[in-house]
Amino acid sequence: MSDCLKEKVGEVLLPGDIFSFENTSEKVICGPGLRRNGDEVLVCKSGILRHKHPNMYWVDSQQKRYVPVKGESVIGIVTAKSGDVFKVDVGGSELASLSYLAFEGATKRNRPNVQVGDLVYGQFLIANKDMEPELVCIDSCGRANGMGVFGAGGLLIKVSLGLVRRLLAQQSALVKELEQVFPFEMVVGLNGRVWVKAQSMQRVQVLASLLESCENMTPQQRHALFRRAANGAS
Amino acid sequence: MANENAAKLSKNLLRMKFMQRGLDAEVKKQLEEEEKKIISDEHWYLDLPELQAKENFIIEERSFVPCEDLVYGRMSFKGFNPEVEKLMALMNTQNQDEEEEDEEDLSRMETDVTDEEMARRYESLVGSMKRKFATKRERSQMQDEDGKRMIEAKVKKVFLKPQD
Repeated sequence: MSDCLKEKVGEVLLPGDIFSFENTSEKVICGPGLRRNGDEVLVCKSGILRHKHPNMYWVDSQQKRYVPVKGESVIGIVTAKSGDVFKVDVGGSELASLSYLAFEGATKRNRPNVQVGDLVYGQFLIANKDMEPELVCIDSCGRANGMGVFGAGGLLIKVSLGLVRRLLAQQSALVKELEQVFPFEMVVGLNGRVWVKAQSMQRVQVLASLLESCENMTPQQRHALFRRAANGAS
Repeated sequence: MANENAAKLSKNLLRMKFMQRGLDAEVKKQLEEEEKKIISDEHWYLDLPELQAKENFIIEERSFVPCEDLVYGRMSFKGFNPEVEKLMALMNTQNQDEEEEDEEDLSRMETDVTDEEMARRYESLVGSMKRKFATKRERSQMQDEDGKRMIEAKVKKVFLKPQD
């Protein structure tokens, strides 16, 4: 069944391409960029078709606009406090709502200390096409696991979603080279926001510009640039 | 006289609750049938072919996280923030463990109680389970048999007087 998809792995697809299956006997998981339409699979983003064993297919595309997806971890900016919920800007089409009870250890009496302008790291509990997304800062067991308010003395930058995925990939070469430069801390949200913090403001700026320049560079160029930064820093 | 009066009453009036007592069985049936007809006429339905539940072979997944096995989003390097480094190690090993555990669990489940062990255990259980499901009479018989056997065993042990 998935033969026609398998043939196209690694090739460029354009929105509107259709894959149809004759004998449906095998399950296929279509990831981002692919959409089910009856018994067909439609391509809705342009990019390269990727495959993961056994039957997962998705389109590896470059984009800057974030669309909230349930379960993804993002960095949000608190923009308003209204009664029981905070309105959080996550870069999507709509502000996400974040209940004040969705923090670790928060109760009706013990409200979390969240101010307008704070950065929060949280995951989507609800992310529907036509509804306001809802963010939480706890997992299903009620633990924070690093989520919640953060971001004292760091810098938030915006990069493309493709670069974020490269940063978060397992055994990412980019991160491995980056950590050789100097000690630093980083929070990566799947919505394209990256927050960095290092010992001095100067290093933070170096790091931010390194990340931004990573967008379009060959590994050799990157390697040379990182080495220069490390030499300059030490 | 009364019947004649009743016949003159309108159907709507007869259908009312307080009129039901004095009605004959026949008139009652007639009224009920008419009521049913009215209800079924008023009920409407969509003229659609029956929906068939088909198994879906195409599953949609909107997130990149399971596709590309993305790691936890908070990172710290070279001891800049030890808390986050601890968290990082925890969250990233959790994901890997989940996959490995699935396979391990299966094998462990099999070796938990071996077939031989189970057979040995059930061997000793057969007697007590049999007793549990037996009726009272059967149970007493069983006990008798046991008793007889005991007696026989005892008989064998009786002191035999030596012959002169």
